[in-house]
Amino acid sequence: MLLTIRSLTKTFPGTKALDAVDFDLAAGEVHALLGENGAGKSTLIKCLTGAYRRDGGTITLDGAQIDPQSTVEAQEQGIGTVYQEVNLLPNLTVAQNLMFGREPRRWGLIDSRALRAEARETLRPYGLDIDVDRDLGSYSVAIQQIVAIARAVALSGKVLILDEPTASLDAAEVRMVFDVVRGLRERGLGIVFVSHFLDQVFDLTDRVTVLRNGRKIVTERTAELDRVKLIEHMLGRALEHEVAGQAARTAAARPSLLEFRGFGRRGVVEPFDLTVGQGEVVGLAGLLGSGRTESAEMMFGVRPAQSGEASDAQSRLDLSSPRAAIAEGFGFVPEERKTDGIVAELSIRENIILGLQARRGWARPIPRAEQNRIADDYIKRLDIRTSGREKPIGELSGGNQQKAILARWLAMNPRFLILDEPTRGIDVGAHAEILRLIRELTQAGMSILLVSSEIDELVASADRVIVLRDRRHVAELDGPRVTGAEIMRAIAGGEVAA
Amino acid sequence: MTLLKRIAPQLVALALLVALVTVFYPDFLKIGISGDRLVGPMIDVLKRGAPVALLAVGMTLVIATRGIDLSVGTTMAICGAVAAWAVAGGWGLVPALLLALAAGALAGLWNGLLVAVVGIQPFVATLILMTMGRGIAQLITEGRILTFTDAGFAFFGSGSLLGLPVPAWLWLACGLGMAALMRRTALGLLVESIGINRRASALAGVNATVLLIAVYVVSGLCAALAGIVVTADIRGADANNAGLWLELDAILAVVIGGNSLLGGRFSIIASLLGALIIQTIDTGILLAGFPSEYNLVIKAGLVLVILVLQSPRIAAEWRLWRDSHRASREAALQRGAAK
Repeated sequence: MLLTIRSLTKTFPGTKALDAVDFDLAAGEVHALLGENGAGKSTLIKCLTGAYRRDGGTITLDGAQIDPQSTVEAQEQGIGTVYQEVNLLPNLTVAQNLMFGREPRRWGLIDSRALRAEARETLRPYGLDIDVDRDLGSYSVAIQQIVAIARAVALSGKVLILDEPTASLDAAEVRMVFDVVRGLRERGLGIVFVSHFLDQVFDLTDRVTVLRNGRKIVTERTAELDRVKLIEHMLGRALEHEVAGQAARTAAARPSLLEFRGFGRRGVVEPFDLTVGQGEVVGLAGLLGSGRTESAEMMFGVRPAQSGEASDAQSRLDLSSPRAAIAEGFGFVPEERKTDGIVAELSIRENIILGLQARRGWARPIPRAEQNRIADDYIKRLDIRTSGREKPIGELSGGNQQKAILARWLAMNPRFLILDEPTRGIDVGAHAEILRLIRELTQAGMSILLVSSEIDELVASADRVIVLRDRRHVAELDGPRVTGAEIMRAIAGGEVAA
Repeated sequence: MTLLKRIAPQLVALALLVALVTVFYPDFLKIGISGDRLVGPMIDVLKRGAPVALLAVGMTLVIATRGIDLSVGTTMAICGAVAAWAVAGGWGLVPALLLALAAGALAGLWNGLLVAVVGIQPFVATLILMTMGRGIAQLITEGRILTFTDAGFAFFGSGSLLGLPVPAWLWLACGLGMAALMRRTALGLLVESIGINRRASALAGVNATVLLIAVYVVSGLCAALAGIVVTADIRGADANNAGLWLELDAILAVVIGGNSLLGGRFSIIASLLGALIIQTIDTGILLAGFPSEYNLVIKAGLVLVILVLQSPRIAAEWRLWRDSHRASREAALQRGAAK
């Protein structure tokens, strides 16, 4: 084995990011590293490249134990990394980028002729015929990516880590980069490939390792791997064992509330049709990067749709901005609570009434007594644990912050509430309370779009589930078909979907 | 009560400073009456502090949105030049004042659009007008000092009302009025909310873009008022020197007022006290009779002391000391009671 990792452990305050993970990489192998958010992929890579110090375990490269203290040291020992965002300098030339930090010198000055010659030599094996004197930024992302790979290989030369290298490339560019990667495999490099695109994983890699919640779940040969099995490993749920907590799905026809027709945005989500019934919970399922969050944000006007339209029984809806969507009776609890949800230094009271106040306009302040009443009411109703309503919301735990953000929207009484990963990163108790709240709200007639990566949550709460794959709505499951098995089959796609 | 607690550090600093100046210049607190107006060093502070105090009102709001407005000094020069030009050209007083205010609002609108719509960092966006503005003012005055003789306009610089100088009334009215507007409506909350987290506020339905532009327009209007005061005071528009470096004093006033440059919670009243502190230092150094070459060094030293005393670290140390002191005193009391 070229690279052997044994019992790698890394702990952050409150979480075990990596729990005794083993990982092997052979020379001449492309090894995929898969997992959902918080699985531990990036922690593993950062421990490997010296960005993090590990707490335990061993890393053996070429038979020798290594303990890189920095990314530079890791490079010198043979481990190079290329990230999704090319981390080179676009306003330097290709040659300068390739040779940065190790420029050939003559009389103490940079020898630019030798620099260019060496740069061309470095690029030769990649079949890339480009002018090394032009600025790197003038080339396409794919070529920049290949230059980044060439630089990493030239610097380190044993292990190459590709962290989502294809996320911003189109199909032809992906092929170009993959040809380069295959070439490197033949030259005997060990390559770690991190990606959310399963098709690419099956296309390129020899073996797959799945991480989940900081543990290694499985390592298998890609050719012998079944897609559905792979999804199961990633999402952590066996098909055999169905959950008891199924939503009591009433197949009865509901009056429809909203209709989306041909709703889409280029490069973000393919146009889709969707009808939302009164008091219905529509689930949105899919892997990370499948377009789940993007669909939700489009419906709320964060990144407005470019095609299609939305309407209710009376008229067409204006969803061109969050303010417009709010005026149409929409609400949105975002996935990223810290950056998109809470206003950390404001009090719980101010966070709860913020949306209501924004809708009333600045000239009509909500009287303080009224604010206190609303805040106290929701603190009690949603059981927000706090010493008082005037505490800055940033000092609450994640689950209580989430409840306060929910309170902000409930105070506005929307007819359609979009919940993007409402239970992410909150404790089990708050988790159950939020699911219970969803049921209560729909009984009162509110319609809900529930975006979730947790299939159990969707099965437990949703009346209907839309499945997304590669930024497209690929399946719509309702009634008895809303089961974990069906959802996972739809997510996995390929031949299994039939 | 909460307001008093918020501005206590500034009040204490101002009181200490006044005491310090009085040591060097015992007549500092003396106020006399000359004709129908009050005279004395403190009255002079209220008058001379007007430009920075006016600028500090708008600057407080801009800084609360996590921005900064470097262009207020040159906006003063532009608006002063516009007013002087209109008055000298016989437009009449009211149109001249309105024209100057419109110029200030336009300058603020330009900054606001660059920051809120184009998305340029406030420091860079307002630096553009800071650089360009003095040139515009010079074009208006055609490179000379544009003088005028309109007594009505001069009233805004050197007149007095109910004993107090008009500039003092102006910044008091503007500052207290703006503070009331912010706290009696929801504007204060919305400004703080976009300053802390613009994205989350916009997702909650706050019209962050319009609010951000409005804040820069207010800053431009405050600069216009300051420009009018300065121009009226010397009865002439000096494009080269009007408001020169005052943006820095305004920022300093906001910071001495305990407002964070990272945006969020703000207090206009505290910024006004900050402006008074700066002017007290300026006037005090002059009256104390130090050679003028010491002025800037002493000013910088005093500002440093005030900011260090206000720093979170010192505040934490002080609380720690106070609590342990209190605890030991209580322990002593209990021992005494036990005996």
